[in-house]
Amino acid sequence: MKSQVSNRIAIVLISACAGLMALIMIALVGNVFYQGIGHVTWHFLTTVASTFQVGGGIKDQLWNSFYLLIVTMIFTIPLGVAGGVYLSEYAKQNRVTSFIRSCVEVLASLPSIIVGLFGLLILVNTFHAGYSIVSGAVALTIFNLPVIVRVTEDSIRSVPVDLKQASFGLGVGHWYTIKKVLLPAAFPGILTGCILSAGRVFGESAVLLYTAGLTSPDLDFKNWSPFAFDSPLNPFRSAETLSVHIWSINTEAIVKDAPQVAAGSAVVLILFVLVFNLLARVLGAWIQKRMGGKS
Amino acid sequence: MTLNKGSLLSMSDKLANSTTQDRLRKRRQNISVLFRRDSELRGKLGIYFGAMLIILATVSLTIFLIWQGLRLFLFDGVNPLSFVFSGNWNPGDSTHPTYGAFPMIFGSFAITFLSVIIAMPISIGTALFMSEVSKKWGNKALRPVIEILVGIPSVVYGLIGLTFIVPFIVAHGGGVGYGLLPGLIVVGLMIMPTITSIAADALQSIPQELRNAAYALGATKWQTIYKVIIPAALPSLLTAVVLGMARAFGEALAVQMVIGNVVDIPHSLVKPAATLTTIITLNIGHTTNGSPYNHALWSLGLILLMMSYIFILITRYLSRRSKVL
Repeated sequence: MKSQVSNRIAIVLISACAGLMALIMIALVGNVFYQGIGHVTWHFLTTVASTFQVGGGIKDQLWNSFYLLIVTMIFTIPLGVAGGVYLSEYAKQNRVTSFIRSCVEVLASLPSIIVGLFGLLILVNTFHAGYSIVSGAVALTIFNLPVIVRVTEDSIRSVPVDLKQASFGLGVGHWYTIKKVLLPAAFPGILTGCILSAGRVFGESAVLLYTAGLTSPDLDFKNWSPFAFDSPLNPFRSAETLSVHIWSINTEAIVKDAPQVAAGSAVVLILFVLVFNLLARVLGAWIQKRMGGKS
Repeated sequence: MTLNKGSLLSMSDKLANSTTQDRLRKRRQNISVLFRRDSELRGKLGIYFGAMLIILATVSLTIFLIWQGLRLFLFDGVNPLSFVFSGNWNPGDSTHPTYGAFPMIFGSFAITFLSVIIAMPISIGTALFMSEVSKKWGNKALRPVIEILVGIPSVVYGLIGLTFIVPFIVAHGGGVGYGLLPGLIVVGLMIMPTITSIAADALQSIPQELRNAAYALGATKWQTIYKVIIPAALPSLLTAVVLGMARAFGEALAVQMVIGNVVDIPHSLVKPAATLTTIITLNIGHTTNGSPYNHALWSLGLILLMMSYIFILITRYLSRRSKVL
């Protein structure tokens, strides 16, 4: 009898934990939306941030976030996929391989502020790249690389070995097999992982504080020359992203409507993270379904 | 037979006739192999380049940050022991600067341990619910929500702390509201989804046979969880907790928004305090490169780096333990 009672109590307690967790999380996200959703208007999204006056928007910050995300992905995806292919295909069981594995593990678990400090030390102070999109993107690449490496390795390892053997059996070389058989078969997994990591990069702030900077010049959206200093495309200008903006407007700004701007920005940020998550799920499932017959 | 002989003869002929020109042609092929689209060698080189870059990034990050962090002790003559154990932090003073990082180290550890104590029971409970009590609810409802929560940026948690938790503490008699208490709540909320998702994965990878065997012996669900599941999953569950701690220790901006940033050992949970990360983020952009103050901040970064490596070593040890089981 006693064991039945303790069983009942334990189950109730465990369920209460889960309920509490769900409740807390719904309350948190609901609270952010409740406070901020009223401020997210088209005007808010398309107005530049203001330093002194009420009514600033987040146009430049939003653009910077996306631009930085794209530049980061251009750096990260080839390198990360290469690393993942190396670990799953070329790596022999030796010290170099286990060292690379340790490196991936270390990079994955370092706090983002450490990566930001490294970016500040090497890119900004040593190579004098200044607070710029390039510095931010390289630092974010270090931050994001281990995720892509792991995703690629897992996806390639989960490709049925028969496919690889069939390709070898036809006399196809190793690299050609990787390129034409393994990577296409692993594509849905890699794509899903990349989109999920894009959400992570989009919201990252500690890496960017001292690499991409806390300010951005007034962007001129009619001037698309990458070399003009106020061009949105210039990779050597400083760029405050949306998540950095939330932080800086709370700690350093003097505008009166800072709480409103921060709340609105947070809603936009969460919405984009949600979009990335859903996109990864939907797209992954869709491609899996389309390729299902073939692989 | 004759045909065979003929081909052999022509082969030896070719060998004999291989002139310098032939060898040169061959070498040219070797180089051009790098520029062909389907070249095996080119692909392999690209892949190796990616792998080497991972090593380069990790090693250079570690070496440069260690070197930068040691400058305070090597060039500015600060005693490392007094840096770690002294509580006087006043590096900006022009006449008599003091470098005592103990309040920050204390703040970081306090935030880490207190937030884990809050987050661990709820997270592990939720993970148990997801894998043992109700798989249907766990996988359909909780798991997607928690995966999304893992991805929510830390500044958003900081903002929640600033606009929701700090005013709440003020309203209930907590002084200015800034301090360790809102900090540890914010960090606890932040690491809860992390710990939950890793712990749930660990619990679900426990073979079903273990559960079936326990039920066959007449054990109740709780007895199975307590005597079979948790011991079997213990190293992985501890890994989840340590990863949560590592995240708590390294969190910068969310804590910085609510902790108050006063370098002093706080006498209560609602007095302003500081952690390693918050002081670094606040000041490193405003100090002159090469000044002792700047070096002291890099040394704080060195402590952070060392602690991160310790957390990594612990998780490695635990994962080796879990492979034995």
